[in-house]
Amino acid sequence: MSNPNKKRLRRTMMFLNCQKPGLIKDPYIYKPDSIMLDLEDAVAEKEKDAARYSLFHALREIDYRGVERVVRINGLDSPYWREDIRCAVAGGCDSIRIPKTESAQDVHVVEEAVIAAEKEFGREEGSVLIMAALESARGIMKALDICEASDRLFGIALSGGDYTKDLQTHITGTGIELMGARQNMVIAARAAGVQCFDTVYTDLDDMDGFRKDVEAIHLMGFDGKSIINPRQIEIVHDIYTPKQKDIIFAEKVVKEIDDKKAKGIGVFTVDGKMIDIAFYDGAKRTIELAKASGVYEGDL
Amino acid sequence: MLNKVGREIPEEILKQTGKEVFQGNYYKDNTEFKKQGPITKVVMNHDTSKMVSSIHEALVKCGAHDGMTLGFHHHFRDGDLVVNMVMQEVHNMGIKDVTICASSLGKAHDALVPMIEDGTITNIQSSGVRGKIGEAISQGKLKGLAIMRSHGGRIRAIQTGETVIDISFIGAPTCDDYGNCKGVGGKSDCGVLSYSFVDGNHANKVVAVTDCLVPFPNYPADINMTKVDYVCVVDQIGVPEKIATGAAKPTTDVRKLMMADYCTQVVVNTPYFKDGFAYQTGVGGASIASAASLGKIMKERGIKMGFAVGGMSKGMCDLLDEGLVGKLLDTQDFDTSAVESVKRPNHHRISAGAYANPFNKGAFVNKLDYVVLAALEVDVDFNCNVVVGSDGVITGAQGGHPDAAQGAKCTIVISPLVQGRIPAICSKVTTVTTPGESVDIVVTDYGVAVNPARQDLLDALKEAKCVPLRTIEELRDIAYSITGEPEPVQFGDRVVGIIEGRDGTVMDVVRQVKPFTFAED
Repeated sequence: MSNPNKKRLRRTMMFLNCQKPGLIKDPYIYKPDSIMLDLEDAVAEKEKDAARYSLFHALREIDYRGVERVVRINGLDSPYWREDIRCAVAGGCDSIRIPKTESAQDVHVVEEAVIAAEKEFGREEGSVLIMAALESARGIMKALDICEASDRLFGIALSGGDYTKDLQTHITGTGIELMGARQNMVIAARAAGVQCFDTVYTDLDDMDGFRKDVEAIHLMGFDGKSIINPRQIEIVHDIYTPKQKDIIFAEKVVKEIDDKKAKGIGVFTVDGKMIDIAFYDGAKRTIELAKASGVYEGDL
Repeated sequence: MLNKVGREIPEEILKQTGKEVFQGNYYKDNTEFKKQGPITKVVMNHDTSKMVSSIHEALVKCGAHDGMTLGFHHHFRDGDLVVNMVMQEVHNMGIKDVTICASSLGKAHDALVPMIEDGTITNIQSSGVRGKIGEAISQGKLKGLAIMRSHGGRIRAIQTGETVIDISFIGAPTCDDYGNCKGVGGKSDCGVLSYSFVDGNHANKVVAVTDCLVPFPNYPADINMTKVDYVCVVDQIGVPEKIATGAAKPTTDVRKLMMADYCTQVVVNTPYFKDGFAYQTGVGGASIASAASLGKIMKERGIKMGFAVGGMSKGMCDLLDEGLVGKLLDTQDFDTSAVESVKRPNHHRISAGAYANPFNKGAFVNKLDYVVLAALEVDVDFNCNVVVGSDGVITGAQGGHPDAAQGAKCTIVISPLVQGRIPAICSKVTTVTTPGESVDIVVTDYGVAVNPARQDLLDALKEAKCVPLRTIEELRDIAYSITGEPEPVQFGDRVVGIIEGRDGTVMDVVRQVKPFTFAED
């Protein structure tokens, strides 16, 4: 099974409370790559069924115009998650996000429920992807197992609030407390060939701090960031969108390597920089990202 | 009879009001009329005192009677205490059948509803009515007709003699014992008194009501002593925190910022954006944000605004402080920053007539390049509705909307595509208040539509590739795809109000609402 959406562009994943119709009616106008329709923490205990009802109809009725629709189900230790999955799959969601994932087994259990729901509601097998949120020290230590647990799993995401509590510290804004988890997760995700997403930044009044945070995780190798407000989208997309000079350089690298390879030349220079085959994948990735971000006008 | 915006105006309404139907924006251009003058009781004796001890005494001395017309201004907005104070006394005196001709009425005047019900007030002329009075009118409780007219239209109606004000009560933040009134100072500081200039000039009796009597002469005066019959000091004429609010925090709502950005892009990419351009904007979140981002681009390009006109708020006053605007021509102050700014050079107080009266020898709105406005609904013919809610109930005011929209070379209306669950862009507005021929560009969160009559603006925006362009029909279709096409509001037969065009013709009528009944299958 290979779902073409597994590798899609996911720079921003915007949290939206399913309990609030005003939020979920047209978030696509802000152009996030993905939205995360939340049935878990944002929804009050007594409103779980109402939120599910609202989610189902939103998924059925609203044309989200190509924005990926991820549904965050309730924890596997709750009585809600199975019905959450049925509802989300029946509605037509693209992906299910598992909260508090701590083992490959958690992914397997959810995958079985997703398969059952796909059958029950006549959806194509494999059409619904899965992602896992790691929110504890145990989850972080099991990151590679989780990444490799299912072919449906497109990525893992850090949930910083719960994780720092588990670590007996707190979010400082410096990123120090998240350093180990971030490194471990991104290495595990790359080893398994899946995507990796960073935690939310909750101080909406500190946009400079947010920008620095995004610049850091971008350099660390993360594919994108969870966000809580549309104000954050532009900054993330700006940082993740390749700059014109990088695109032009990547284009030259790809073309030169293709050309030199045919001529049997292994090492050469582009714009004064030494280039060999090791640069090929990176340059290709820049072009792909530029294409996905809608800023590539070349012919590669 | 069908008018120019396709609205059926009942013959009996035309007969009752002596009005014509709306026949286009320039139907009355170049016509002539003689202005109505007020009755003036001369004061020659230096012993004459204009001071009265109460509103009651003022009413008695002014000859208050059944069927009279009273004038009021709305500079105190939701903090106004004058209208209720006067009307309570009128009610106590048992006077009936009063017409209120106010520049606007709002929630502060909910207390008038029982007086509408008992026949004290039988006619209302206002820019619009918010709150309980709007509901009462829509429910058919007003015995006569409500006439909703623009700020400019009120001046026209009074100057032509269509409306004769018997007594005008002018709430004055400061006043001396001979009637020199100012909008500035005192405890109910509202900055300007622009809407009452016409009352001073044309009402047969003028009473200044103040809570801050100052030594003579209170000069320079907005309303001169030569026009004032009586001065009445009361404890309080307004509630300061409801008159002018603190400056609104700049919006962080991305949807509004997005619309503000589209609006700014429209302005800077159309041909009138050049040094000396003239601009008016409202006080909505998107309008304020757009003024701020416009300021940034003006600085970058070295372009200055010649003048800005209309209601003022902090954003526009900031532009003046930064030297980006030549002159502010102020008719109303929405926040404390604007009230303060009035005292500065190049921030001028102007009359509502100079601002927007269609029947003078040229008003400031005629010189506008851009105006940025809001609307409750806009239809595919670009007609706007700013008075009647989509539920059919009167809920808003025209203000200077039709005046500035007609006057400006480029009129931009901002509205989110869907407001709550109501499509703001629709096939047919509930009520036409500003005709589509006045509206050039509609900015929504889903894109920008240009009136096909303005191919020049469409070409400029296409070339600039600065905003997502859609046709107005496309915007309507997207709105309906989200909300469904709403069933029309069900009205009764009785006409409870008319929407007057700027020139006094009938733009539309407002009918009594009736409870919605579902069609039987």
